[in-house]
Amino acid sequence: MAVIASTILLVTEYRSSQNEVRSTLSVLVDPLKYLVDLPTSLVEHAARFVITYRALKLENERLREEQVIHQSRLLKFEALEKENIRLRALLENSFKLGEQVLVAELLSVNMAPYEHIVVVNKGTRFGVHPQQPVLDANGVVGQVFRALPFTSEIMLITDPNHAIPVQVNRNGLLTIAMGSGQLNRLVLPFLPSNADIRPGDLLITSGLGGTFPQGYPVAVVDEFTAQPDKAFAMITATPKALLDHNRELMIVWSKSAPVPLITKSITDKEDHADEVK
Amino acid sequence: MRLNNQVGYFQIILTLVLAMCLRVVPLSEEMALLNPDWVLLVLIYWTLKVPERVGIFYAWTFGLLTDELTGRLLGQYALAYSLIVYVCLKFHNRLRQFPFFQQGLFIFFCLLSSQLLLFFIKNLQHPAQLHASFWLPVFTGTLCWPLVYGFMHFVSLFRFIK
Repeated sequence: MAVIASTILLVTEYRSSQNEVRSTLSVLVDPLKYLVDLPTSLVEHAARFVITYRALKLENERLREEQVIHQSRLLKFEALEKENIRLRALLENSFKLGEQVLVAELLSVNMAPYEHIVVVNKGTRFGVHPQQPVLDANGVVGQVFRALPFTSEIMLITDPNHAIPVQVNRNGLLTIAMGSGQLNRLVLPFLPSNADIRPGDLLITSGLGGTFPQGYPVAVVDEFTAQPDKAFAMITATPKALLDHNRELMIVWSKSAPVPLITKSITDKEDHADEVK
Repeated sequence: MRLNNQVGYFQIILTLVLAMCLRVVPLSEEMALLNPDWVLLVLIYWTLKVPERVGIFYAWTFGLLTDELTGRLLGQYALAYSLIVYVCLKFHNRLRQFPFFQQGLFIFFCLLSSQLLLFFIKNLQHPAQLHASFWLPVFTGTLCWPLVYGFMHFVSLFRFIK
């Protein structure tokens, strides 16, 4: 009977990835994940308490400097954004704008070897849903693979089953980056040997496929080997995100509906308003 | 049903939960490859020790929970564990008489067949290229069996007020 029950479960689960049984069970099991994570987070908290006054002051100063620099860059950025919207309006092109983020903390739980899946402490209770992009301060980390009530599982971009549409920042060349199973490596298997790509090129998300918003840094190309006897070159890249030592991740809600076209009259009005000022 | 032992449900469930924690404990990448299937080892121990208490129901339930915990397709551990525990139940009288080494061999085959089942299910799901190290937990699990046996024997000696 147990065999039949498990087979039925296997089949239903295989057909549809999201079912009620899983989220109910996860309520039972999730406390275990938090329990396993407890020692690591305790050590981290303790380390935060015993930090010296001097170190704290230094960090504070550094952060303040960074804040000033970023602030001044943002001043420029706002103007550029407006300009970009106006230019896009001229080109009659719609524009995606504004993303909401939620900071989630990693639980140090080891799900299964061979798979780069991590667990974070935010779930459907916070509105997380599958296929949401996940970032850190440096670049794309992965996407939400399974959202449970109190936790969610995130597949990293380096997982062997993961592929992400990217584009070379220098010239807009489109391709796909696949995970290699190693934490510091992505492979680009679909580019011919004469492709215009070289070590040091930054790869950003291309926005194709609809999962990842356009324009976030993904990886830097570090090796390009032409293979004359094969159809495609061998290219490897290093992810920008610090996949192995980062506890805070950002789950992103990208607005699915693009900002409506700004009609010519409105832009004209804005221009007039600017002149009046 | 209390025949020759006073092992409480409390102990059984506590050790199984502990095994599940060990299953997902954060380890370095190399160590994670070696992490054996603790839940199955503990289940086998209890089936051999108290077959009138721990049976297929426990195996199935905890298999399902392990599925959820490790993010597998629901039901694959449940299936593997119930089958292994069924075999253990069938042979528990004989197994108890076995010398230690022979018992170890039996455990080895239990772990191997469980891993084999999981391999088949994984292959059905999507034909994956798997490392040879997929089979390593079978060996480490067998090596850990004396440890588990000793620890569990120690635990089962406690008498809890019920």
